[in-house]
Amino acid sequence: MIWETVIGLETHVQLSTKTKLFSRASTAFGASPNTNVNLIDCGLPGVLPSVNKEAFYKAIRFGLAIDAKINQTSIFDRKNYFYADLPKGYQITQMDLPIVLGGSIEILLDDSAKTINITRAHLEEDAGKSIHDEYEGFSAIDLNRAGTPLLEIVSEPEISSAKEAVAYMKAMHQLVTYLDVSDGNMAQGSLRCDANVSIRKKGDTELGTRTEIKNINSFKFIEKAINFEIKRQIKILENGEKVTQETRLYDSSKDETRPMRSKEFANDYRYFPEPDLLPVIISDQEIQKIRDEFPELPKEKEARYQGELGLSEYDSQIISSSKSMADFFDAAAKKTKNYSLLSNWLIGEISAYLNKEQIDIHASTLTADKVAMLINRIDDQTISGKIGKSIFEEMCVSGSTPDEIIESKGLKQISDDGAIEEIIMTVINENPSQVEAYLSGKDKLFGFFVGQVMKLTEGKANPKAVNSILKDKLK
Amino acid sequence: MSVQFKSITELRAMLDNKLISAPELTQESFQLAKKYKELNCFVTMNEELGTKNANTVDLNNKNASTLAGIPLAQKDLFCTEGLRTTCSSKILANFIPPYTATAVKKLEDAGSITIGKTNMDEFAMGSSNETSYFGNVHNPWKKGYVPGGSSGGSAAAVSAGIVPAATGTDTGGSIRQPAAHCGITGLKPTYGRISRWGMIAFASSLDQAGPLARTAEDCAILLNAMSGHDSKDTTSLSSNVPDFLENINQPLDGLKIGIIKEFDLSDLDSEVQARFEDSKKIYEKLGAHFVEVSLPNISASVPTYYSIAPAECSSNLSRFDGVRFGYRAEDIDDLNDLYIKSRSEGFGDEVKRRILIGTYALSTGYYDAYYKKAQQVRRLIKNDFDNIFQSVDILMTPTSPNTAFKFDSKGMQNPVELYLEDLFTISSNLAGLPAISIPHGQVNSLPVGLQLIGNFLREDQLLNASHIFQQNSDFHLAQPSLEGF
Repeated sequence: MIWETVIGLETHVQLSTKTKLFSRASTAFGASPNTNVNLIDCGLPGVLPSVNKEAFYKAIRFGLAIDAKINQTSIFDRKNYFYADLPKGYQITQMDLPIVLGGSIEILLDDSAKTINITRAHLEEDAGKSIHDEYEGFSAIDLNRAGTPLLEIVSEPEISSAKEAVAYMKAMHQLVTYLDVSDGNMAQGSLRCDANVSIRKKGDTELGTRTEIKNINSFKFIEKAINFEIKRQIKILENGEKVTQETRLYDSSKDETRPMRSKEFANDYRYFPEPDLLPVIISDQEIQKIRDEFPELPKEKEARYQGELGLSEYDSQIISSSKSMADFFDAAAKKTKNYSLLSNWLIGEISAYLNKEQIDIHASTLTADKVAMLINRIDDQTISGKIGKSIFEEMCVSGSTPDEIIESKGLKQISDDGAIEEIIMTVINENPSQVEAYLSGKDKLFGFFVGQVMKLTEGKANPKAVNSILKDKLK
Repeated sequence: MSVQFKSITELRAMLDNKLISAPELTQESFQLAKKYKELNCFVTMNEELGTKNANTVDLNNKNASTLAGIPLAQKDLFCTEGLRTTCSSKILANFIPPYTATAVKKLEDAGSITIGKTNMDEFAMGSSNETSYFGNVHNPWKKGYVPGGSSGGSAAAVSAGIVPAATGTDTGGSIRQPAAHCGITGLKPTYGRISRWGMIAFASSLDQAGPLARTAEDCAILLNAMSGHDSKDTTSLSSNVPDFLENINQPLDGLKIGIIKEFDLSDLDSEVQARFEDSKKIYEKLGAHFVEVSLPNISASVPTYYSIAPAECSSNLSRFDGVRFGYRAEDIDDLNDLYIKSRSEGFGDEVKRRILIGTYALSTGYYDAYYKKAQQVRRLIKNDFDNIFQSVDILMTPTSPNTAFKFDSKGMQNPVELYLEDLFTISSNLAGLPAISIPHGQVNSLPVGLQLIGNFLREDQLLNASHIFQQNSDFHLAQPSLEGF
């Protein structure tokens, strides 16, 4: 039997607004428990929500980027259920009139691209956090996250493998970070997804029974959880049994999915329109303003890098694939003209360093100014590329500027022909036998003389000048 | 000089003429509250802070408001910072809010003195004040009779002359019906006229705060202070707030008053009918004329209301779960047990009944038949009013089908009987329209109320029509004997 996998993803994107969706409390991550909480967030009697329009603008920016329809009148609904970290006993979300309808996202596979259609994207508030294992005999509640704006993006069931699901999430990550809609930090839960997975016989038009894997928050876990679930369902079907429609959790420590206890989710959410909020009306002018302020997207950046800056296709793609890399490149490119050298460094040394340290470029000691200065010093031959690498290492550790390091360590390149010639004559005079051997045809010895010159100058001699003067003197 | 039964306007004059000081006035009010403790109007007194505020209020300031130094009572569902706010429920019996409701704050900012929090039906669910966790409130006109509800404590406190005015809230008649039963004036403004911030919600799309006072003029004074857009309540209206006192004396010549055909008054007590006919004559004498109008969908008001209000209440009351504030049951096994026990022990029967009705009305499979249908009918009712107000200025009905009744006589066995108390008042909540109840005589020594319903944002017309009526009659001056208290 040949089986076919059908996957739909519900992605929760935490919007990077300064304050919450319905209150003016901060959304900053990592504050001490229950400090980013005001009267509204803890659902005190008598409080009322007010909409944070910034969240709408971000949602609309996302909608425009995926070419979706924007509902200019959108309403909120209440989703009712009891849970200790849900202060009001209901979540404010959008049912019938979500802000974003339709649209599509292109995902990149090994050697092709595929378009995944989007059903809808709606705004809702996040719940707080329950902590069950820190206090003996008690559960603790942290409401810092309660009320944080989420954009829930629902895809059509058009994803056919775990690999495609990962590609979809990567495309989503790239898009939301590029749009500055979210920080996309998966470890902090800013981007997470629920996967609806079902299996059917290849060629069948009806969908099989699906299960929903909740709350997956890394690319690696998405792939593993879905693959586990595919195998599990195929096994059930091949045994002639039926898949149970249920909600499951992925346990990364055991690499398996298992059903959630039925108590962990309610069945009847009793949705109804939120009477505390008027419909939110978005004007044509507001949408136009969002269009006018649209950030440059990866494809556009790639084209600009190739067209205006003359980077290779490969370099353009790599740099534009990550928003933080592209932002850094754009900032540095304002301070240097040697774009290809800058891109070589970013893709080479700098990426290697960031990978090794496992940090984002913006969290490192590197700044666009310093890197541009380094590129300029190599470009204007103040230093050689090789010295550049040692300066870079020093920069990463001390945070000093390249000029400071060049100055304090005396690393300035010697480009004065007279000075170089003097050193070369010293080398020739001190190595008569090697000179004789070279002149009798041992060409390989040329490198020996270069090495000696570099040794005497501690690597600071301009290699081009050394080459040409040496060749001249060894005739 | 006694301050009992004095209106705000009268007390203002006494303060301005230095016949009494603000601290003395407030102490008088506290004394009256103590004297009539048995009425059970108050759940919590605000003696310490009220005294302090009365001692510091500045009456000599040129800009001092009409309300400066005037004692008021607040319905116990307005959150008051540092002052217990219970909604007359066990579940909030020890709840002290960290903030003050906008409506109360505006009154206090105008210099008025909050002397206490008034008893009410639990979470404003009831028409007799008998669902309160803190016991029944007596009608000042007759011991052992209900004051009406849900703002029963506020109505009784004003009726007994303890305070000249009080705040109430009206979701289906909760200001107007107790005002009628206690012989005072009560105004439910247009939905959104007054901020709901800090008002503990019963049914969000229907709840509206308003004043209860001895006269329409005093209601205008309170409405002036309470109204206006509040950025903390996005459903509050940004419309301009007129000075409601300014046009209160306009003659009523040519005023067109509609009588709703669908309300068959012939079923009512003949004396209640007679009072209604008498008031028509008074208005005719004042230059108004009457037309019969039809609101074809208005008879569906009660079932519509009792689908929408419980649905919203079932959701609004979910936050009372024993987790963050309020009553928490002891000896619990797990989270579910915490919910079940805290809510079972914390809520009274009527609140539980409405939560159940509302939960049912919103459930999958019933939503379309109940909640959604009710919202559609609500729209039809609103359209009926819109149409009628093309041709009449105000509508007139009795406030309540009957006078105040004895404790335990209604609704205890058959809740629906009590729900019909709201027959005349409910439709203006559904349509979001302003409505006022003014006293217009007595039946068997108990007050009867006359209701005027106005067009959207036309509280000015209601206050004008009520004030002129009160200038030309003395029903509003009648005082309860307070026999036996």
